[in-house]
Amino acid sequence: MTVAIDRATGKRRGDRTPRPGLGRRLKDGYQKHWYAYAMIAPVAVVIGVLVLYPLGYGLYLTLTDANSLNTARTIGVNEIEATYKFIGLDNYADILWGPTAYDRFWSHFIWTIVWTAVCVGLHYCIGLGLALLLNQKLRGRTFYRLVLVLPWAVPTFVTVFGWRFMLADGGIINAGLDALHLPTPLWLEDTFWQRFAAIMVNTWCGVPFMMVSLLGGLQSIDKSLYEAAEMDGANAWQRFRYVTLPGLRSVSSTVVLLGIIWTFNQFAVIFLLFGNTAPDAQILVTWAYQLGFGQQPRDFAQSAAYGILLLAILIVFTSFYRRWLNRNEQQLAI
Amino acid sequence: MSTTTVPAPAPAEEGTASATPPRRVRGRGERSLGASLASHGLLIVASLAALFPIAWLVFLSLGPDKDDYLHPERIWSKMTFDNYAYVLQHTNFFDWMKSSLIVSLGTTVIGVMVAATTGYAVSRMRFPGYRKLMWVLLVTQMFPIAVLIVPMYQILSELQLIDNYLGLILVYCSTAVPYCAWLLKGYFDTIPFEIDEAGRVDGLSPFGTFFRLILPLARPGLAVAGFYSFITAFGEVAFASTFMLSDTKYTFAVGLQSFVSEHDAQRNLMAATAVLVAIPVSAFFYLVQKNLVTGLTAGGTKG
Repeated sequence: MTVAIDRATGKRRGDRTPRPGLGRRLKDGYQKHWYAYAMIAPVAVVIGVLVLYPLGYGLYLTLTDANSLNTARTIGVNEIEATYKFIGLDNYADILWGPTAYDRFWSHFIWTIVWTAVCVGLHYCIGLGLALLLNQKLRGRTFYRLVLVLPWAVPTFVTVFGWRFMLADGGIINAGLDALHLPTPLWLEDTFWQRFAAIMVNTWCGVPFMMVSLLGGLQSIDKSLYEAAEMDGANAWQRFRYVTLPGLRSVSSTVVLLGIIWTFNQFAVIFLLFGNTAPDAQILVTWAYQLGFGQQPRDFAQSAAYGILLLAILIVFTSFYRRWLNRNEQQLAI
Repeated sequence: MSTTTVPAPAPAEEGTASATPPRRVRGRGERSLGASLASHGLLIVASLAALFPIAWLVFLSLGPDKDDYLHPERIWSKMTFDNYAYVLQHTNFFDWMKSSLIVSLGTTVIGVMVAATTGYAVSRMRFPGYRKLMWVLLVTQMFPIAVLIVPMYQILSELQLIDNYLGLILVYCSTAVPYCAWLLKGYFDTIPFEIDEAGRVDGLSPFGTFFRLILPLARPGLAVAGFYSFITAFGEVAFASTFMLSDTKYTFAVGLQSFVSEHDAQRNLMAATAVLVAIPVSAFFYLVQKNLVTGLTAGGTKG
């Protein structure tokens, strides 16, 4: 254990001293840290009430057969009592290996993985390319930067509708493709093209964040490293490979993790692009939403179970990611 | 610093210098004309790709007929601002604006106020439970909406808070508060803790140090956290679509969807509303975006 100095109080902590009894430790801890606890109290309360309590309640719901027909509700002046019952882990079993589990869960699961990987890959590569271009002495650099940030500046719910107009049958994209005598796919109806369109729109929305973050990373790389590399006769590719990429490592590991989490949870793009019309293009998040709110009767229990599964996937992924980073002696910058 | 797409300028010191008349040696950072043109070309293509969908939306919003998006060439001859006038006068535009602002500003204020002391505590103090708290703050940021939406819906129904601004603000706070705490920790980390020590030496309590010394210094950080909460709450779709039921309480994210229903699609009005929403929000975004990025990526968790 390292000895660290509490920055607010100047006290050393972590010294090995004989361990006092539990009551004594609680009292000491309270006396030493009461202001810290007082300061985190507001957030602790908010997290407890707004996150942990609903989470616990949601966990309980996943163990029941709750849907909109048997939960407590008010119709006019009549209050109807909840009648759902406890069914244990049946929801999870049904989702993961019940009949038609492939169509309901696994196909969406695979699509979600593909969606996340392809989107984040494209975000990163295009973002890095543009950041490299913008990191040169170039006339009009600020102008380019401002224009390229535009997809991030305009709220997603606005731009997705713009894309919907463009992708509609008879919209500008198909008109353009037609004029070039290329095939005109049904972007919003055909499953493959729905997925293609979703990835395209999400890529368009997500590149600016990567670009700006990586540009910040590029600008913080020490210029003398490039000079040294050039003196040693490194060509452009070698300078990129052995100076730029290592210099970007900590920014990259952070933005890639953020990108993966955000893309995995991306709701607005798919929901607004397709609404309820595209069961096969739904990723797990939007699919869970559809189960819980986009159909009648609303299947609250299954929807909540999907939510818990999604969270579990993300937590497992993030812990592996952090462990992998730690093994490579990197720190996450968030 | 040439790019991946550009071939490296050939090394100029090949031993030919003595024979031939002295060639102009290219300095560092200078590129050949071709490389410059290639960079500009790529950037122009990318800029057009970034600009076009939005420009197209603006263009369509000028067409008076709801099917004009299928015949864009007809818009040129009959361009008009009628859609905008109609949206402002005959739709719930201002109701939606009011809801959006109440919800976003409410989330911002509560998020920043609640999170500020915690950001400071986790930045400066090490206490039992510190790592657990940081872990919880991290995990809450990756909650998919699907985890909380069902239980929140049930709880808010019981409390009669469905279709209520306060309900939506509370839901948004579940993500905004941990996020702000995290962001503010990053900002407080950049304030030298000699300032705290000076305050302590002069006899201030930890609370006094925080409120009198650190908080005034942290204004830019508070602003960034606020901006981020605002933008997130403003653009949120899932909870707003589910929890706001009456059309005067829609936020913009829900109101825009209401133009296209199964029976009717008033795409021209939708486009006009979208443009009206996008202009102030993007202007606001441009004012703060530089800070946003530094705030997002330069937090730093050491410990």
